[in-house]
Amino acid sequence: MKGTMIIDGKKVEFNGEKNVLEVVRKAGIELPTFCFHSELSVYGACRMCIVEDKYGKILTSCSTVPKDGMEIYTQTPRLLRYRKNILELLLANHDRDCTTCEKTGDCTLQALAGKFGINKIRFGGLIDREPVDNSSLAIVRNPNKCILCGDCVRMCEEIQGVGALSFAYRGSKMKVSTAFDRPVADTNCINCGQCRAICPTGAISIKNETDRFWDLVFDKNKRVVVQIAPAVRVALGEEFGMEPGEISIGKIIAALKKMGVDEVYDTAFGADMTVIAESQEFVERLSQGKNLPLFTSCCPGWVKFAENRFSDMLDNISSCKSPQQMFGSVIKEFYKQRDEEEGKETVVVSIMPCTAKKAEAAREEFQTDGIRDVELVITTQELAMLIKEVGLVFDELEDESFDMPFGLASGSGVIFGSTGGVAEAVVTRLLKEKPDHVDKELIFKQVRGLDNIKEASFNIDGKEVKIAVVHGLKNAEDLIRSIKAGEKEYHMIEVMACPGGCIAGGGQPVPMTRKVREKRSMGLYRLDRSSYVKSSEENPAINHLFETLLKDNHEILHVHKVEKNTNL
Amino acid sequence: MDKVDKVIELYGKEQSSIITILQELQNEFRYLPVEVLERVSEKMDISPAKLFGIATFYENFSLNPKGKYLIKICDGTACHVKKSIPVLEAIREELSLTGEKQTTDDLLFTVETVSCLGSCGLAPVMTINDAVYGELTPERAVEIIRQLKEGQGNEDK
Repeated sequence: MKGTMIIDGKKVEFNGEKNVLEVVRKAGIELPTFCFHSELSVYGACRMCIVEDKYGKILTSCSTVPKDGMEIYTQTPRLLRYRKNILELLLANHDRDCTTCEKTGDCTLQALAGKFGINKIRFGGLIDREPVDNSSLAIVRNPNKCILCGDCVRMCEEIQGVGALSFAYRGSKMKVSTAFDRPVADTNCINCGQCRAICPTGAISIKNETDRFWDLVFDKNKRVVVQIAPAVRVALGEEFGMEPGEISIGKIIAALKKMGVDEVYDTAFGADMTVIAESQEFVERLSQGKNLPLFTSCCPGWVKFAENRFSDMLDNISSCKSPQQMFGSVIKEFYKQRDEEEGKETVVVSIMPCTAKKAEAAREEFQTDGIRDVELVITTQELAMLIKEVGLVFDELEDESFDMPFGLASGSGVIFGSTGGVAEAVVTRLLKEKPDHVDKELIFKQVRGLDNIKEASFNIDGKEVKIAVVHGLKNAEDLIRSIKAGEKEYHMIEVMACPGGCIAGGGQPVPMTRKVREKRSMGLYRLDRSSYVKSSEENPAINHLFETLLKDNHEILHVHKVEKNTNL
Repeated sequence: MDKVDKVIELYGKEQSSIITILQELQNEFRYLPVEVLERVSEKMDISPAKLFGIATFYENFSLNPKGKYLIKICDGTACHVKKSIPVLEAIREELSLTGEKQTTDDLLFTVETVSCLGSCGLAPVMTINDAVYGELTPERAVEIIRQLKEGQGNEDK
C-alpha cells in the first residue's frame, strides 16, 4: 500500500511498509520496542511503541496498518507518561541485580529505563522468585528477568521450528516456560542460542565459562591450544566499537597470546579438512546412489534438530565430524608424543560464534577415554568479556598471525562461517578437475546471500547434481517435508541452524539485524577473496597433514557413533 | 495411548481441533497426563511446550489427577453474599484440603471454587460432577459429602 501519513504534523510518504512503526522509524523517529522484530510475527505485547491518533486514541504502532491520510503523534504528554508507567511496572517485577547481570550494558530494559529517567519504582517487588535454570550446556534461563515480550518464544518456534519455549499459565501467573516446566536440558532445545540473542534482558544468557578458561591458562601443566572459528573474526570487533564485518583476527590472536595461550590456530583449517573428507564422502555416495541427499554435519544445532525430529534420516547426515571436532582430534593426535615427552597435557579451547558448540564438545562420541577432544568452548561474547577483564585496549593491539602448522587456511575454509559457505567449498573442490565450461561464479551467486532456501545445479561427468542451502531450521524443516512429499530432489543439502549461518550464531555480539548479518557475511567473502590459498586441496599445510598424520588415519575425521545422545 | 490416537483420528490433526481433543482426553482420563500430552504433541506436530501452554491456560484442563467426585463451589457475587465461604471452609475441613491441595490422597474428592454456576436463585450453590446442590449451609454440605463417602464404602463392599 502507498500513501501519505501525517506524523507529528509532518507529511511522511509510505510505500509497502507493513505497519505504522516502520513508517515512524522511516521518518527518523526511534520509538522504543521490546517485542517488535521485523523477522518475527507481530505480537503487540510490550506496548512501548504506542502512538496517539488525532482523536486521542492510543494505538500500538507495530500492529497498526498505515492508511492514507492517517494522522498520528508519537510524543504527547500521555504517551510519555504511559511509556514511563510501562517501564516502571516492568521494573517492579524484575530482578534488578544489574551490576552482576550478564546482560548489563547490552540490556534494552536497562537502556530504556535510563533514557526515560526511571529512578524510582513505586510498586512492590517480585512475589515469587523462581529458580535459575542452569541445566543446559549452552544457555542459562533466569525467569525472574523475563518481561514476557515473547521474543524467544517466537524465535524458537517461527524461525527455528523447535518450540522449546512457550507461554504457560495466564494472567498474573503467566510465564515463559519449557514443556511441563522441565529443565532446558530435558527438552527438545537444540542449544542454538537464538533465544538468547533476541532476549532484550538477561532472562536468557550464554552459559558463561570464562572462569574455566583462566583455570586452564594458569595451569602450568597444560598446553592451551586455541582454535578460532571463521565467524568470530568478523564480529568480535563490534564489542570494541568496530563495524560489523570488520576483520579483527590479528588483534584477537594478539589478545589471546597476551592472555597466556600457548598456540593459536584457525578452525578454518579444520574446515579445510572437512571439505576434503566431506567431498570424498559425497562423491562416494553419488556413485553408489546411497543415502542421498547428503546433509552437512558441521552445525550441531541442526544435528540435534535432526535427531529430535527426523530420526529416520540420520544416515543421510554426513559422517564427517564438524570442523571444531576434526580439529580437536587432530590437535590431540599431533601433540600426543610431545605431551608424553614434556609431561604436559594439551587441551583444546575453541572460540566459537555458537552456543551449541558447547554442547557438541561435550558429546560422548567426541571424547577419548572420557577426555574431551575439545576441552572448552568459549563464545565470541565470552572472549570479549575476557579481553575486557584483563584490560587489553583492543584497538591498540598490534596484529599477530596464526601459529603453524595449523594456522594456514584456505578461503574455502573461511567462508564456512556464512550460509552457503560449506556448499560453495564442496562445489569448488568437486569441480576442481572438471572442464571450465561450468560456470562456478553463477553457482556461487546462487548459494550466497540471505534467501531462505537457495538452490543450484551443475554437471559432473554428464550427471546433474542438485544442491540446496538452507538456514533457519524452520526452513530446513519445510525443505525436508517437500523432499519427503516427493516435490523436491537434491543430492546435497547444507543446513545451518542460525539465520545467516555461523556469522549470526547464538554466541555472537547482539543485536543481529539483517544488515549486521549481511556485513559480517561480506567480511568473510572479503577474506576469501584476499586469501593466498583459495581452495582446500591447494592448502599445502592440509596436503602435508594428509600425507603424514592422517595418512592411514582418516578415521579420526569421522563420527563413529551417531546414536541418539539424549542428554545433550 | 490407543485411546489418544483414536480421539485424534476422530477430530482430525488440524491444529484448530486441539481444544476439542484435549477436552475429550480430559474426560477420558479425568486429567491430562504428561504421557498423553506428549503423544498428542507427536501426532499433531504441536510442540510439547505449546501444548503445556494450552493445558495450563484453561482452567478446565488439569495436569494433576482429579478426584472421582469433582466438587465445584460457587463463589460468584450472589453465592458469596449468601455465605459460600463458610460452606467451602467446612468442606475443606471435612476432607482435610486447602487452597493449594485440592484433591484428597485417595483421589475421591477434588474441591474447586468457580465464579458462577448460573444458578444464583439457589445460592449458595455447588455442583458435584453433574448434580446441583442449592441453598447450602455448611452443615448440609458436610452431610452430602459424608453420604458420598458412605456410598463409596458400600460400593466397595
